[in-house]
Order: sequence, then structure tokens, then C-alpha cells
Amino acid sequence: MSATSTQPKSPARRRFLQDSARGTAGYAVAGMTLAWFVQDARALPDRAIRPPGALPEDDFLAACIRCGLCVRGCPYDTLVLAELGVDGAATGTPFFTARDVPCEMCEDIPCVAACPTGALDQGLTDIDESRMGLAVLIDQENCLNALGLRCDVCYRVCPVIDQAITLERRHNERSGHHAIFMPVVHSDHCTGCGKCGKSCVLPGEAAIKVLPIRVAQADQAEHYKRSWEQRPDIVDEIIDLPDRLPGDGTDNLAAPGGFEPTFKLPKGATTGGVGQ
Amino acid sequence: MSDETALPVGAEAIRDKGYWLAYRFLILRRVSQAFFLGLFLLGPWFGIWWVKGNLSGSLTFNFLPLTDPFIALQGMVAGHWPELTALIGAVIVGMTYALIGGRVYCSWVCPINPVTDAASWLHRKLDLPKGWQPKRGTKYFMLAMVLSVSVLTGTVAWEFVNPISMLHRGLIFGAGFAWALVLSVFLLDLLLARRGWCGHLCPVGAFYGLLGSKSLLRVTAQKRAACDDCMDCFAVCPEMQVITPALRGKDADTPLILSPDCTNCGRCIDVCSVEVFHFTHRFDETLAPGRVRDRTNPAPKVGKAA
Repeated sequence: MSATSTQPKSPARRRFLQDSARGTAGYAVAGMTLAWFVQDARALPDRAIRPPGALPEDDFLAACIRCGLCVRGCPYDTLVLAELGVDGAATGTPFFTARDVPCEMCEDIPCVAACPTGALDQGLTDIDESRMGLAVLIDQENCLNALGLRCDVCYRVCPVIDQAITLERRHNERSGHHAIFMPVVHSDHCTGCGKCGKSCVLPGEAAIKVLPIRVAQADQAEHYKRSWEQRPDIVDEIIDLPDRLPGDGTDNLAAPGGFEPTFKLPKGATTGGVGQ
Repeated sequence: MSDETALPVGAEAIRDKGYWLAYRFLILRRVSQAFFLGLFLLGPWFGIWWVKGNLSGSLTFNFLPLTDPFIALQGMVAGHWPELTALIGAVIVGMTYALIGGRVYCSWVCPINPVTDAASWLHRKLDLPKGWQPKRGTKYFMLAMVLSVSVLTGTVAWEFVNPISMLHRGLIFGAGFAWALVLSVFLLDLLLARRGWCGHLCPVGAFYGLLGSKSLLRVTAQKRAACDDCMDCFAVCPEMQVITPALRGKDADTPLILSPDCTNCGRCIDVCSVEVFHFTHRFDETLAPGRVRDRTNPAPKVGKAA
């Protein structure tokens, strides 16, 4: 080591290094704080339903600029922008609360048409194809229909009646001789508009609620094969096995639904005799 | 320093030019800020839907789309390529500010500007210490930080905390607790760091500053020879470091204020009683002799104070 290396370097160089280190540290601290805040703020509450055509939540937060043009496009004041500290959704992003104001499923989908960035997918042209969420009959103990009464309101108001919600007749075990008309939601038709939840006659919380798809629907288990879906040819046709009926001998197969044996029976033997 | 330095800021300008000329650009800026905010409020308040949306994105007369280019950029680095409407809007806004001065947005449109101006005014009235003064480059670190977080989290990251859009959207769509963020900015500027937010930290300002770094509209200190060292321009300027090179320049130095930090607010023009400053364009090469006294008596080191 030479003697000069112990001398202080130029003050400019030192200041540059110090400033760079401080800047980088500030950058990292501020960045981590913001990233933590972003992670925290993007937990979307289950009550907040995104507008029709909304991209999956992760993509949505990259695409939505929070301009509120979808809110202005909505003719029913269904959509609102989340307010800081009041609504759980990321501040300024659009959502609706189905129990308050459900989506009216406009045919021209003005909210999607108004979106300038594609956070609401412009490819959605048929509102029946939208999947804002999925209705779930979440309280089967207090639902009037489930109790054996005939409320039917959620079924009646459903814009996709008899497809998204059907009433399935079941035996009423409690009374023993009445029917229960159970509302059943079908995910292949439910758009998640929330009219069922809005109109549920129960006070306070509704028995049927629209939940985000990610909450309402389980993943298909890949390791369980649904043979009837994947191999419809696994069974060709109904195999009609021969029926054994009482009669002479043990090979009396010439019965209704049976067939004549290919072998010859001894003379005098009867075939297909019933009631002997 | 001259005897004029002791007078209250702007007093000579009011005395020599009258109230209108001494407050012209301040009044015009407040009118402009109210105008742009008012356009957005016409719909929700009076049902006149000329302009829909907010500063992040809007649609005027159902025809003209406008998008904040900084927000669009964050979305793009977060991994979403926007639809054409938003792209066109961002290009229109970006080109406009690149032409007339990026930080014109800050002083003529941004709704936070009246808040920080109020904090600055009160700060001057109460004669508070200037407090924490981050380096001028800090806002570029903030800008880089915001873009990095956008990439890493895949979100438009700054919009989770941006006090500008919180305030603007809050006034138009409902604020929730967004006012708390605005109050934080006010208190930061008043008590912790003089001119701390807009000048040193805000990444939106940093973005627009870079966007307009070659913009046309500029303030020039063309009559700098007439400067009487009253220091009022330094007192009112939100980015006082931009004045020094132009005002204290020698004969050969350009009198144009070319720093991208200048917000073209025009307050220096207002408060100057000897009319050193005026608006011009960046290619204005009118000769501007420096002050004669420079040769015998070195200029006060005002740059350090800034």
C-alpha cells in the first residue's frame, strides 16, 4: 500500500458516493413502503363486485386508470369508485355492491364501451356472457324457499330465469308430505348481476349473495377424472342383459327382453312359459 | 442586498405596477385551476356533462379522449397495453405539455398546487425554518421508484397514494379519507419541508418536468441588468434554483430559464417591480447584458440560500 492511498479521496467523489448511497437507500425505503401499501390495498373485499368485462383482479389493477368513465356510463348509478378508507377496494377503482344497487345488464354494456384502457374487456359484446361474480345461496337455513315456503323472489327477478337459477323440487322432510322448491344457481348461466341478492326479502343480509368467482367457485380437481365428460364413448350403448325367468330348466331365456337360444331344446320342452 | 430586500415580498411591484400587474399570473393561474376543476364538476354538480372522468382519464364532448401519460406509462410497465382510446389520449396530453412546458401542468392545472401554495404562503408569513430540504434529484429517485414498484407489483402503483388524483377524484366522485393525504401534503410543506412536496418529492412533477425539458414556452430574465436585488422573485418562486443561472448570468449566458424544474407559473414576472422577466420561447436569442456591477462587485450567493 502506498502512502497516498490513505489520503482522503477527492471531496467530490466522496460526496457523489454518499449521495448515491443515500438516494438508493431512500429509493428502497420508499419503494418497499409503497409496494407494501399496494399489496395491502389490492385485497378486494368479497362484497365488492367489479363491472362487467373486468379483467381478472391482478390484470385489472395494471389496466384501470381510475378515471370513472364507466361510472359515468352506467345509467343506473350502479357503479361507484372506491373511496379511501371507506370502501375496501383499491381507491378510485369501480365496483358495485349488489345488495345496494345490482347491475341491470344493459344490452349495449355502456360501462364497457366507456372504458378507455380495456380494463373492462372490449371483447364483451353480449352481457349474458359476462361473469361479474356468481350467486350463491349462502344461507340455506333462513332462505324461505329452503324452509318449504314459496318465496321464489330471487328466481323470479333473475334476468336469466330458469337457466341461471332453477327451482329444484325436493321432498320436505320436516312436514313429511310437502315439497321444497330449492333455488339452485348454475354457473354456466349466472352473470353475477346481483338482482337475486338485491331482492332477497330477508331483512339485513340476503340469503343469496353474489360473490366474486374466485371466492364462489372451487377449482376442478384435475386428478379426478370425470369419465362421463372426458370419455363419452366409454359405454357405447345400453347393454340389455338377458333376463332369467321362471320356466323349464335353467336356461329359460326366451322371455320379454330376452332372446331365443341358438341351441335346440329337446322336443316337447316349452319355451317362454310363464306361470308354471 | 439592497434596501428593497427589506420590504415585504411584492410590495414594490404593487407600488410600481398596481395590483393587477403584480398579481396577474397568480390570478390567471387560480382561474385556470378553477376552470379545469370546474369543467369536471359541471357534470356532477349541474348535470352539464361536457367533460366526464377526471385528470387520470377523461372524455370531452363525447369526442376528445385525454389520459394522464404518467398513469398510462405505469400501466404499460405493469404489463397492460391500453386500448387505442387511452393511448391517443396520452399522446395528446403528452404532446401538449412537451410543447408548452411539462410543469405547466403543475402550476396551471394540478389541484394540489393551491394547497402547497397556501402552505408556502403561510410558511413565509409565519417565518418558519425551511426544514428538511431533500436534494433536487430526489424526485427522480421517486419517479424511478414508482416505475419499479409498478413493474414489481403489476399495478399502476402511484395511484394507490397519489394525492393529486385523490383530491381531484375526491371532489368529483367522493373523497372518503383522501382529504387526510391532502392535509399531509399541506403539513409537510408548512412544517417539515418548505416547498417539500411539489419541488422535491412528487414523481408526477418529475415526470412532467422531464416531458417538457425541451418545451417552447420559457421565462426569460432579459432585462436582468435592471435587477435591483430585491429578492422577491426568489421568495415567490417554488423552484428558486432555476432563476439564478438566468438572472445572474454574464453577458454571454442565456437569460432564458431553461431548467425543466421551472413550472412557468409566472410569479417572478408578477413580483418584479423593474420588469426583468417575461414569457418568451426557447429560441429567443435577444441579447441580454448581465448586470454591470457584476464586474466590480460579485453577485450575492443567492443560489446557496435556495
